This record gives sequence, C-alpha cells and structure tokens, in this order.
Amino acid sequence: MSDASTAVADAGLHIHAHPTGWRRWLYSTNHKDIGTMYMVASFAAGLIGGVLSWIMRLELAAPGIQYISDPQAYNVMVTAHGLIMVFFVVMPALIGGFGNWFVPMMIGAPDMAFPRMNNISFWLLAAAVVLMLMGVVTGVGPGVGWTVYPPLSSATYHPGMSVDFGILSLHLAGASSILGAINFIVTIFNMRAPGMTLHRMPLFVWSMLLTAFLLLLALPVLAGALTMLLTDRNFGTTFFVVAGGGDPVLWQHLFWFFGHPEVYIMILPAFGIVSQIISTFSRKPIFGYLGMAYAMVAIGVIGFVVWAHHMFTVGLNVDTRAYFVIATMIIAVPTGIKVFSWLATMWGGSLTFPTPMLWATGFIFVFVVGGVTGVVLANAGIDVQVHDTYFVVAHFHYVLSLGALFMIFGGFYYWIGKMSGRQYPETLSKVQFWLSFIGVNLVFFPMHFLGLQGMPRRYVDYPDAFAGWNMVSSVGALISMASTVLFLYIVYYTLRHGERCPANPWGEGATTLEWKVASPAPFHTFETPPVITGRT
Amino acid sequence: MLLWGMTGMRVIRVLSRGAVALVLACLAGAALAAQPEPWGIGMQPAATEVASDIRILWHIVFAIVLAVCLLVLVLLVYIIWRFNAKRNPRPSTASHNTWLEITWTVIPAVIVAAIAVPSVKLLYFMDRAQDAEMTIKVTGYQWFWGYEYPDHGGFTFDAVMLADDKLPAGAPRLLETDNRIVIPVNTTVRVLVTSQDVIHAWAVPAFGVKVDSVPGRINETWINADHEGVYYGQCSELCGVNHAFMPITVEVVSKDRFATWVREAQTKFARADGTPVQVASETR
Repeated sequence: MSDASTAVADAGLHIHAHPTGWRRWLYSTNHKDIGTMYMVASFAAGLIGGVLSWIMRLELAAPGIQYISDPQAYNVMVTAHGLIMVFFVVMPALIGGFGNWFVPMMIGAPDMAFPRMNNISFWLLAAAVVLMLMGVVTGVGPGVGWTVYPPLSSATYHPGMSVDFGILSLHLAGASSILGAINFIVTIFNMRAPGMTLHRMPLFVWSMLLTAFLLLLALPVLAGALTMLLTDRNFGTTFFVVAGGGDPVLWQHLFWFFGHPEVYIMILPAFGIVSQIISTFSRKPIFGYLGMAYAMVAIGVIGFVVWAHHMFTVGLNVDTRAYFVIATMIIAVPTGIKVFSWLATMWGGSLTFPTPMLWATGFIFVFVVGGVTGVVLANAGIDVQVHDTYFVVAHFHYVLSLGALFMIFGGFYYWIGKMSGRQYPETLSKVQFWLSFIGVNLVFFPMHFLGLQGMPRRYVDYPDAFAGWNMVSSVGALISMASTVLFLYIVYYTLRHGERCPANPWGEGATTLEWKVASPAPFHTFETPPVITGRT
Repeated sequence: MLLWGMTGMRVIRVLSRGAVALVLACLAGAALAAQPEPWGIGMQPAATEVASDIRILWHIVFAIVLAVCLLVLVLLVYIIWRFNAKRNPRPSTASHNTWLEITWTVIPAVIVAAIAVPSVKLLYFMDRAQDAEMTIKVTGYQWFWGYEYPDHGGFTFDAVMLADDKLPAGAPRLLETDNRIVIPVNTTVRVLVTSQDVIHAWAVPAFGVKVDSVPGRINETWINADHEGVYYGQCSELCGVNHAFMPITVEVVSKDRFATWVREAQTKFARADGTPVQVASETR
C-alpha cells in the first residue's frame, strides 16, 4: 500500500468518529459491532430456549404429570422453545452474527452496503424478542406450536392477545431478516474487492448469499400468511375459517412454503462454516469448490418446491403427494455432494483437531444422520407412520440442534480469537465439545425409537411404555446442560483471561481475508480494498 | 427425585434391559402386540397389509441409510487416522476430480430413484379403499373422538379417555377409552375423518393409518385388519390443552362377534340425529 493511499485511509477514519458508551451500540453502523450484538442476543435467547427445553425434558423424564400441572403451559413452552430457537438463536447467530462479522471481511469490503439498515435490522430483532416474550406471559399463552396452525391459533381457540403478540413478533423478525437479506445481497454483489470474483468467494460467503436469497423470497410469504391470520383473529376475515369459505389447509401451504426454505436458511450458513473450518484444518483448499457452491444453489432452488412433504397426512391429492415425495428425495443428491466433498477435502490433508475442527467433524456425522432420516421421512408411506411422532423430532433436531448448533459453536471457537483478540482455552473447550456431543446424541437418538414405536410429539404426558427411552433422553439433557454451563465459563474465561490471539492463529490452512488483519479485527478493515490474484 | 437420583446400578440395569429388548426386537416379530412396548426400538407389529408394506419399505430404506451412515463413519475414522498431521505432515494439493464428483452425484441419484419406485407404489396402494365393505365416520373434538356407523343404522357414540382412577386392571394408561371402536377382521373398512373444531389427527400405528381431521373437509383412509385384538392410537396433531389425552382404542373382532356388537350398539347408542336406529339397514 502506498503512502498516499494510507493517508487517504487515515482521513477516512476521521470521517467516522467512534461513538462510545451506549451510543456505540445503540447507534452502531459498524458491521463488527452489530455482529457482536447479534451474537450476544443469540446467546441470551439461547439460554431462554435452552432452559425451556430442560424444563420440558424434566417433565418428560418420567410418565405422569410431575411439574407442569397445566398442559397449556407445556404447549406454550413447546411453542416458545421452537420459535425462539429458530428465529432468535440460530438465525441471529449464523446470519446476523457470523454473517455480519465475516462476509465483509472475507470479500475485502470495508463494511456492509447499508450500515444504517444493518442497525435497524438488529433492533427490529431485539423488539421481536421482547414481543415474543410478552406473548408467552400474556393470558393463556400461545400453545399453538411453532407452526401456528389455525383453527387452533384462531381467536376462537386462542382468545386474548398472546397469539397476536406472537404474530407481531414474527412480523418484526421477518422484516428484520428481509432487510438483512437485502443488505447481504447488495454487499456481496457490489462490494467485493478487485479480483474477488464470485467463483473466488469463500464458501461461507456463498452460503450467506444463498441464505439471503432464500430469506428474501420466503419471508414475504410468511408475512402475508401472518397478516391473514391477524385479520382473521381481529377483523373478522375468514381466510382460514371454513364457515366463511376459507381453508385451514391454506395456512399450511403458505406456512410451509416459507417453513421449508427456512430450514435451509438455518443450515446453509452452517454448511459454509464447516467448509471454512475443514479447509483450514486440513491445510487444503476445498475439494470440488464449484460443485460445493452449486450444490448449495440446487438445495436452495429445490428447497422452494418441496413444502408439502410436511403435509402428507392433511388429505392432499395422491398425485400431488407423489410429486412431493420425488422432489424431496432429489435434495439428497446435492446434499450428498456436500458431504462427500467435505470428506474429500480432508482426504490427503494434514489434519489437526483443535476445537473448531472437532465441531466440524462432529457436524459431518450428525448431519448425515439427520439427513438420512430426512430421506426416510420423504417417503410419504413411511411418513404416515411416523409423521408427528418423536421420529420427526429426532430428525429435525439432528439437523438443527446438532447440525446448525454445532456450527454456531464451531464458528465461535474458530473466530473468537479474531472477534475478541483472545483465544479460547483448548483443553476445556475440547471437554465442552465431548460433553455436548455425548449429551445431545443421548437426548435425540432414543427419540428415533420412541417415534417408531408411535409416541406422538407435543405431548405433556405419555403412555408408560415410552418411559425408558424418555429417561435416557432426559439424562442426555442433563449432560447437555452441564456442557452449556461449561461453555458459559469458557466464554467468560476467554474474554477475561484468554491468551492474546495472533492475526492468524491457524497457520497456512487459513487463507481467507479475515486472517490477514490483526486480532481483534480493527474497527475498520479494508478501507482500501485488497487486490485478490491467483487461481480461481 | 427419580431421575437425578439414579444410581450406577440402576443405570446398568436399565441399559441391560434395553440391550435385551434390542436383541428380542432383532429376533423379530414375536407375538402380535398392539401397543408400544417398554424399550421398544422399532415400529409396532403390523395388523394390516398397508402397515406391513410400510414396514417392508422402512426396512429397505433403513438398510440403505444405515449403509450410508456407516460408509461416512468408516471414511471419517479412516481419514482421521490416516491423514492426521503426525502421519501425513504434507497435505496434498488435489482440489477436484471430475470423475469422482460425477460418481458421487450419480450413485446417490440412482439410489434415490430406486427408493422412489416402491415408495410411490405404496403411496397409491395406501391412498383409498378398493371396494370397501363398510364405512365408519370419525369426528375429532376437543378432546375426544366421535364415531358413526352409517352402514349399520347410523348409530353414533363418543370415545373419551379413561382417567387413571377408572382404568380397569391391566389397561394401559392414556390409551384406553370408555367406548371402543369395534370393526370386523378381514374386512375392508373405509374411514372418513373430519373435525368439529380444530385440526386433530386420527392415528393407529399398528394399522399404518394416520389422517388429519380437518374442519370443513372429509379425509379418507382405510383399514383391513388381519388379526383380532385391541389396537391403540393417539391424537397426532397439536389440538390444544388435552392433546395428549384423546386416545383411539380399536377392537378388531370376528365377523360374528361384530354382528352381535352391532345389535347391542344399535340399542345402546342413539343415531346422530336422535331418531331410533333403523336395524334393517344393518348390512348392505
């Protein structure tokens, strides 16, 4: 960099005076600070969602009603756990947190394209969390499940304001995500450093680009459906009311048209993080880079045309169901490409296994387990047997609670040195990984057995025959809880006593641009764009 | 408290019981049970052709997905052992291999296509009854099921879960109802399902049947039970406070006993519209 350009960069710094104190955060337009706020919000919400799940596992540890005397309260917990984990934990951590922090840095951009919009994205989300919690404590609470199916969610069966609070919360969360998605798309298309062609972008950036498109196309559909439900509840419309010519199944179509892309919204960023970590600790470039990128494109596109596989028992036309069986199973192909490419990236590598790599390797295995049970469920015949049972609960927790959450942890350990300037304690963190790995597998693996035996989901109490595996599952929840407490201590220890982290703590395998700047990353990075050369 | 106070011995006992159950389940079949079993790991035994076809497809798909999981696991373990930095200090620079990539695209596609064929075939077979010999109508309510026998004079009754203190000895908790649905063995029964309030789902695992009861719609499924016995199911769509407490109890009996039961039911239960049951229309 020439002296002249350094001078320009310095002059640039003076234009953006650093706000300090609460102004730094409330008014923040800095992608790193906003990313940090997303992470903090996600961890806080994660504790709430986690506590809810532990209370549920405590109740389900033995048959009979022990602690939650009102089944409605249990249903509210099911609902709140699901919505919080999806909208306020996984999405903010992976997209708002890691996405904000590392997309601009990885493409050599100084910040996001619309910094002020970035600010409002975060604060809309914060407001959405508050509305959701208000809904939970208002009246009887929303005991409707995260799918909010009418007529149960209608004013007749859920009077009071709790469901309305939930609807408004999802509206705000959706608006927040749409703004964020626009920001990512514009940033990635327009602010790449010279030489950073689309086909040179790190796979994490690819994953965020595709996630942003899914958000942009899926969330408006949810917003429309939510608005219809809101007017059904409050203004006498009958979109989902049979007596007025409406149809409850219409809600399910609209919801799942959003809901299925939503699951890819949660898992694609995790794919991106796995790719970065595997490549770094194999000291090899990603194997089959183009195949990896376009497999994600394929997953995103097909993800929009498979929604009714969530509705195999609602009474759809049999030809329609046959189509959705086949379309759904096709997703296994690009997903397989991803798994095999990760393995091939490791093949021939020079592997080391610090904590982030443990999470990434663990991810590959648990994601395959969750993925193949997805193939099982795609078969409408088998789905009729296990639909709405614990088999489904096991399936989507293997993909989300083990898959996506594993990469929240993996990404945290991978990048915390860059974000905070301090490195995590290695041994303790490995202990946390193993506790977590054993715990969550113990929680969710027996649920496959329960589901096959026929235990329906969202049950506060169950027939005595299901007691055994439920006990095992609850013991697993206890272990997961221990791992979470340990994680909180690790976060505290890292920020307080962690060793100073060098610019690149991972060595030659870490080739992406964020490792070229100091740790912690300076407030402004790449004000003068770097020039990227080399092979594509 | 039971859970957190579990001693080591108890854990071992519990786990060994699980292992025994696993072995028993692997030895397969056993006697026909119509309800979930402690430490059960597979589907309940099939009592209809549809249910046994579902189990056949499940076993095929399970074998394939188990193979995929094991393949990935073996590859992972081998890679971790063989390409550890200690054993392999210099990484290769391979970044793509067209034929390899084509292979791992085409083979999964072929496997998926191979699964799709029997899967779709089963789907069409399950869809609706061919030449149903009788019909029962099921209506979901918060929180019990209503049943109507339109081909047997149209008598109707409700089935409400038996509370724990009313449970006969040996009856399973949360699964037994005050009135059981009775259907004849080896008879194709069309089941029409609807709801009077919110969405419920009428499900009996041993029959391979699960169908949502949606207000404003009548969904159709069918049963042809090949074993007499008592079969249990539970509501399978979140329907509010007592979602967990509206089970389904089906008694499959011989055709003779069914005829006897129908005669009793016609006098015991009223018609849907309150008029006396027309006994003459019993068989068609």
